[in-house]
This record gives sequence, C-alpha cells and structure tokens, in this order.
Amino acid sequence: MQPITSPHAHSKNSTANVMQLVLLATLPGLIALTHFFGPGTLYNIVLASITAVACEAAILKLRNRPVAFYLRDYSALVTAVLLGLALPPYCPWWVVVVGTSTAIIIAKHLYGGLGYNPFNPAMVGYVVLLISFPVEMTQWAAPRAILEEGQSLMGPVSALARIWLETPVDAYSGATPLDLFKHLDGQTVRQVYDGEALFREGRWAGAGWEWVNLGFLTGGLFLLYRKVFTWHTPVSMLVALGVMAAPFYDGGSSASGGSPLFHWLSGGTMLGAFFIATDPVTSATSRRGKLIFGATIGVTIYVIRNWGNYPDAVAFAVLLMNFAAPFIDYYTVPRSYGHAKARPGRGTP
Amino acid sequence: MNDFKEISLNGLWKNNPALTQLLGLCPLLAVTGSVVNALGLGIATIAVLVGSNLSVSLIRHRVSDAVRLPAFVMIIASFTTCAELLMQAYTFELYQILGIFIPLIVTNCAILGRADAFASRNPVLPSLVDGLMMGVGFTAVLLAVGAMRELLGAGTLFANMHLLFGEIARGWELTIIPDYSGFLVAVLPPGAFLAAGFLIALKNFIDAELKRRADLRKQPVVRGSKRVKTTTVIGS
Repeated sequence: MQPITSPHAHSKNSTANVMQLVLLATLPGLIALTHFFGPGTLYNIVLASITAVACEAAILKLRNRPVAFYLRDYSALVTAVLLGLALPPYCPWWVVVVGTSTAIIIAKHLYGGLGYNPFNPAMVGYVVLLISFPVEMTQWAAPRAILEEGQSLMGPVSALARIWLETPVDAYSGATPLDLFKHLDGQTVRQVYDGEALFREGRWAGAGWEWVNLGFLTGGLFLLYRKVFTWHTPVSMLVALGVMAAPFYDGGSSASGGSPLFHWLSGGTMLGAFFIATDPVTSATSRRGKLIFGATIGVTIYVIRNWGNYPDAVAFAVLLMNFAAPFIDYYTVPRSYGHAKARPGRGTP
Repeated sequence: MNDFKEISLNGLWKNNPALTQLLGLCPLLAVTGSVVNALGLGIATIAVLVGSNLSVSLIRHRVSDAVRLPAFVMIIASFTTCAELLMQAYTFELYQILGIFIPLIVTNCAILGRADAFASRNPVLPSLVDGLMMGVGFTAVLLAVGAMRELLGAGTLFANMHLLFGEIARGWELTIIPDYSGFLVAVLPPGAFLAAGFLIALKNFIDAELKRRADLRKQPVVRGSKRVKTTTVIGS
C-alpha cells in the first residue's frame, strides 16, 4: 500500500542490508590477500568474528538490550572483518582477540553502541594493538612472489600452528613496501625498485600489495554503485593523498616519499578510503563536510607516512578526523530549503 | 565521635576527591603508571593536605574573606615546597621520575577545595581528620589505578618499591604474570583514562546497588499482606 502523505520514496536499505553489502564488497580484497599472503587473513577474520559476536552478545546482555535483534544487524561482524583484514596475517591469536574485544567493548558499547560511537571501532582496536604490541603488529607476511626457491606459502595447518603456538618462522615475515621504502632513503628510486625483491616482483607499489589495494578499490566501487555511500569522502581522500605526494616526489631520490601511485596502492589506502573513512556514524554528515573530512584524512595520511614514525597512517588519520567530524559538521550545515543561506552552528540546538 | 566517622566516610568513599569530586585528575592520570609512583605522589599529597588543612584551620579567624584564597594558596605552596625538598633529599630517584607533578600538587584542586570548603570553617581537629581522610581516599584511588596499570602493562606489582622504602623493599616485586610481553596501552595515558573511568563506574554501580537494597529494606511489610507485582496502573 502506498502511503498518501510524504515521504513517498522509500529505501529498502536497512542497517543489516548495508552491512551485508559491505561484507560482500570486501571479498575482492580478501581474495587478493589470501592469494598473495596465504590463509592468515582468513584465520584473522574467523577469529575476530567469533570474538566480536561473543563480546557483542555479552555486552548487550549486560546492557539489557535485545541480543538477537542487534546481532542481526551485522555491524559487529563488519567491525570484525575490517579489523581482521587490517591485521598482519599470522599474528598470534591473542592479538586478534584483544583488538576485537577492545573494538566492540570499549570503542563501541562503552559509548552507547551502534550509532553513538564517535570513533571507528575497528580503527580503535587496530591502534590499541599497534601501540601495545609494536613487534607483532609490524611483521607482515612475505608475499608469494618473493619467496625463495623451494619455499611456498604457509599451508592451513602450519598457519594454525603459527597463530596458536607462535612457532617462529622468520623467513615468512618481513617489512611492508611502505616500511621498506621509508627506510631505504639513501638510494635512488630506481635502485630501490630494482634491488628489492618486494618491489622488483611488483608492477607499481610492491608485490601483492598493489593487487590487494586494487581489490579493495573494486569492492569500494561496487559499494559506490549500490549507493551505500556517496563519492565525496573516498574521492577527496585519494585526491588529497595524491596532491600531497606529487610535489614532494622527485622521481629520483628514494628519500622523496613515493609517487602518488605508490601511496594509492600501498598499505591500507584503499581499505581506508572506501571501507573505513565512509563509516556513516563517525564521519562528517553533509556533502561539503565529507569533502573536508576525506581531504584532511588524505593529507594526514601523507604527513604521518612521510614524516612520522609509523610506516602506515590510515588508522591514525581516520581517528584524528573522527575527533574533528563534529567540528566539521558544525561549520558545514547545508542551506535548508526556504532559507537564503545556511547558518553554521545555529541551525542545530 | 560520630562526627569523625562521618568525616572519614566522606573522605574515603562518599565524597572521595578522585571518584566523586573528580578533582586532582591531572596527577591521577599522569603518574599512576606503577604502584610506586602512585604511592609516592599519594604520600606527598596526604602530607600537604594534612598540613594545609591544619594551618588554614588555625588562622581561619585572622584571615579576611577577601584575601583568603591567596593566603590558602601560599600555605599550600609552602607545604608543597617542603614535600618536594623532602622527596629530593630522601627519595631522589622517585623525585626525578615524578618530576613536575610534585610541584604541581599546589594546583591540585582537591587541596584548595578542602581548605576553603572545610578547614576554613571548622576547628582544628576535624580539619586534621578531614585532610587525612581526603588524602587517604585520594591515595587509595591512585594506588588502585597504579596497580591496574602496572599489572596490565608489565605483569608485575610493587616493582621498584626500593625507590620509596630503601633497599629492604627490593624483594617486594611480585611477578603476577610470568613471561608477559606487556600491554603497552595500559602504561600509556589512554590506560589511565580507562582505568579511572572503570573505577568511577564501579563506585557508581556499588552506590546504586546499596541504594536499591536500602530502598527495599525501607518498604514496610504489613503483616498478612501478600506481595503483588504491579504491571499497570489501574484507572489511570
């Protein structure tokens, strides 16, 4: 039955629907991660999902909220999957459990649950892990292409042993392209790209990594096509990152910070642009606000990557801008219909 | 006697400076990375608080209202300087670790608050007890936060106690979790906010539970009556 009064247009997008689409869209990136780095990420995701659902159910019970109703919105699962994708493959099981429970319990439910959290839960979990366990968090698995003769990617069983018993396997872990490029600052870019297997085996931004990022780009474009979010945040973030990288990159010295393409296709850029920064709860609201929000994330990522101490910066940049989102909203209130111009900050109580 | 009991209960629990008044949070958050740091700052704070309450109470009839706050601050600053010099003399390493937060005891609002709200209006003995109990209440919270952070951050308790108690205390360190790799965030500033937040939540929870039980007990039970569960109000 059509309602007679407005609104006449109805959206079928429920929270659960959107969350399922997001889960679906992570598939290309997940497949690339698994193909190039082995089954570690799959284990991360399974473990994170179990932890997230258990924590969510326990906290909902404590808060006297309907457990089944909130579990069915898939939001805990999305947090778990995003965190699982961001964590290094084969990191010990307790890293995943600590990170996920921090994300769900502290970053989400202590603030009031879905819709009330000022910070992206997955990124809070990631940053807590990064500053607490720097050793475990900065060891990334070596991609398929640079393994030596006779070595192959870890099988499912040895991967399980690595995760649960922490059997040391040094040959399998190494630096990420961002890390490597940052520390080889006394050479020319050509030397780095020819000399290091991680770059030699890749096309633009390091073996494996470029495809992972292209995978997340594909998933992100799918979400954009399905109108899960608007183009403003991801595009402004990527453009800002490129605009920051271009003038500082001279093409010759490896101390000059990497080309725009390198920055777009390495680390967590695409995951951050399409899956993290677009979180409707923690980002700015209006279109103009989203442009500012995304652009400042892009600038911050480049600043931290290039001049900071951490190799990647997506999580820090997103959290910093989560802080600023209410402030951005305050000054970007759109003009409401019937008014000559917007009245920033005065439209809302 | 009852009066002192009330004052003590106020300082230790009901009106605890850190958990209820939320005063003195800066040192509470900044130096509670371990039990020894917390205890060092706690003892210094107790000393200053007792001393300032005593002096303020002694001069309460001589200081005019207009200049009372500067006078109180001067008194607190003098006691803080004494505490600082004493720590510099006897616990030099701890003095270096606590650094700026010892002189900053002057700015601890809990101390000025007690001077103005209690000591300037009450006789010497109650003021003394109030200062002591407020100080002990504050130190207890410092210790709780310090213990939580040390345990989570390093897996130990009472490490480095020799900084405060001399060589005897070297063996006091308890390794609660052996081979612990350390949860660094607990030692960093966010850990302090989280630990203090959880303590405040715990206190509020206990208070609410006590109040609920007291309310239950207050309801008179009439002889012969049956308990009825009311689900709706009839006739509304």
